[in-house]
Amino acid sequence: MDIKSMKYYLYWLYCQFELITCSYLMEPWEKLLFYSFNITMLVMVLYIAYIFVPVHITMAFQFFLHLFGNQHENTVSIVK
Amino acid sequence: LYKKTFIEHFEQAPMYVAVLTFLGFGVGTIFGYLRDFMRAWGLEKRNVATEREQQKDFVPLYQDFENFYTRNLYMRIRDNWNRPICSVPGPQFDLMERVTDDYNWTFRFTGRTIKNVINMGSYNYLGFAETDVNALKTVTIELQKYGTGICSTRQEMGTLDKHVELEKLVAKFLGVEDAMVFGMGFATNSMNIPALVGKGCLILSDELNHTSLVLGARLSGATIRIFKHNNMQSLEKLLRDAIIYGQPRSHRAWRKIIILVEGIYSMEGSIVRLPEIVSLKKKYKAYLYLDEAHSIGAVGATGRGVVEYFGMSPDDVDVLMGTFTKSFGAAGGYIAGKKDLVDFLRTHSHSAVYATSMCPPVAEQIIRAMKCLMGQDGTTQGLQRVRQLGKNTRYFRRRLHEMGFIIYGNDDSPVVPLLLYMPGKIGAFARRMLEKNIGVVVVGFPATPITESRARFCVSAAHTREMLDTVLNALDELGDFLHLKYSRYSKSSHPELYEETRLELED
Repeated sequence: MDIKSMKYYLYWLYCQFELITCSYLMEPWEKLLFYSFNITMLVMVLYIAYIFVPVHITMAFQFFLHLFGNQHENTVSIVK
Repeated sequence: LYKKTFIEHFEQAPMYVAVLTFLGFGVGTIFGYLRDFMRAWGLEKRNVATEREQQKDFVPLYQDFENFYTRNLYMRIRDNWNRPICSVPGPQFDLMERVTDDYNWTFRFTGRTIKNVINMGSYNYLGFAETDVNALKTVTIELQKYGTGICSTRQEMGTLDKHVELEKLVAKFLGVEDAMVFGMGFATNSMNIPALVGKGCLILSDELNHTSLVLGARLSGATIRIFKHNNMQSLEKLLRDAIIYGQPRSHRAWRKIIILVEGIYSMEGSIVRLPEIVSLKKKYKAYLYLDEAHSIGAVGATGRGVVEYFGMSPDDVDVLMGTFTKSFGAAGGYIAGKKDLVDFLRTHSHSAVYATSMCPPVAEQIIRAMKCLMGQDGTTQGLQRVRQLGKNTRYFRRRLHEMGFIIYGNDDSPVVPLLLYMPGKIGAFARRMLEKNIGVVVVGFPATPITESRARFCVSAAHTREMLDTVLNALDELGDFLHLKYSRYSKSSHPELYEETRLELED
């Protein structure tokens, strides 16, 4: 039964999206244009996030390590 | 100053609602530009009014925002307005069904009628729009005696004994010396204000006054200054500035200062702050013109309007104006006040000289409605109607507040605006309510500010408790589906109805 209420919830979310962005009032070809534009933008944003976000996170991680300790090289040397 | 508590609500919606409304309008505008581009370059058939080829080099006619809005946004939801009805606009009515094949540019009637649609849009406050044969007996007698046309103006041959009887009755109903009736309510305002004020006078009018008052003020040629809606500090500041500085360039004193207000504002549902205005008027020696179009018959303990609602005497207001269209189920307007004022208007009003007077069956309908309200026909039906309207109003507003909608206006006004905000929801709300057999009036941009579109309900004394419950349940469902319950102050989602029934048993 959860699937049914889940599906209804998703349908309700879709209705809200339609009402808020006025796509409820558009003719079918306008809706096609609008949705394809939106989906294209969304796919592009997700793709760029997939490619660049891990690189940025590792760079930021290294920057903060450099700021708080400077232990890039293993400076632990055994004096003996 | 106020004998009972004066509670008005103008709640602001949360910020995200305003942001999303602008987003919706933004998308609509972009698509509007796209469609205009396609129409201009011939990619789409033109159904709008455009200039002819020869006129293209002149000043453009249809490029302003209002025409853009009409072409691109209003046309998409146009099927919710101008719906033809085919029965009396009582608590329920019949609609003619119409469909559109080309997205609201043209309509065609299928021939069927939708029966018994609950009417939440007509200004039928006391329920006098009825076809009951017993109720309309005197009206049919007068119709057979006088016919329907007058074919003359008041000053020529259009004053009948019916008009004299009606004017005396109106004066007695309101508790003033004399009254004059006109054939059309809008024309009462726009034709009589120019007769009362002229050049060299000052008009202080409320921000949200009706078009008839604005038109009358502009036609008169007086200077117009606007004060914020129902805001007494703003009005007092304007009065003080007017008296201190006088007329603009010569600094002479103003010949007359007149304040134009309405009893109930039909788009907000708010009631005028009459005691404060009367005290201001007495202090600064100005005149007061009160337009009781929506409040006569609808507020007050015996239906005598806003003056009785606040417990004041009608001598405090200089010009009492009202219409018979709303609570009396007829057409026309009146102006009442001191005998000198009304005698002046009989000779100097444009309406008296040029406009046709009220037709006799309509005058008889008003006479019978007024006699019913005053109790002169031997029953207490009039008082019962006023009480029923008050009960219905309070019940409706209380339930809507509890459900969590944002409602504007005073707790005692029968006009209930429910805020919708987003342009997409205007069309969806009206269409879905019609599918559930309830007819509502939704209002959008030119009549309201662009971000505050609303659905306006007019509660009537003829609505039974079952009808109101049907409407409220439909609103509950629709409010959940369209996500309209923005209020932050709602008490509970399901009110306890048993409390209400206990009050009923005590009666």
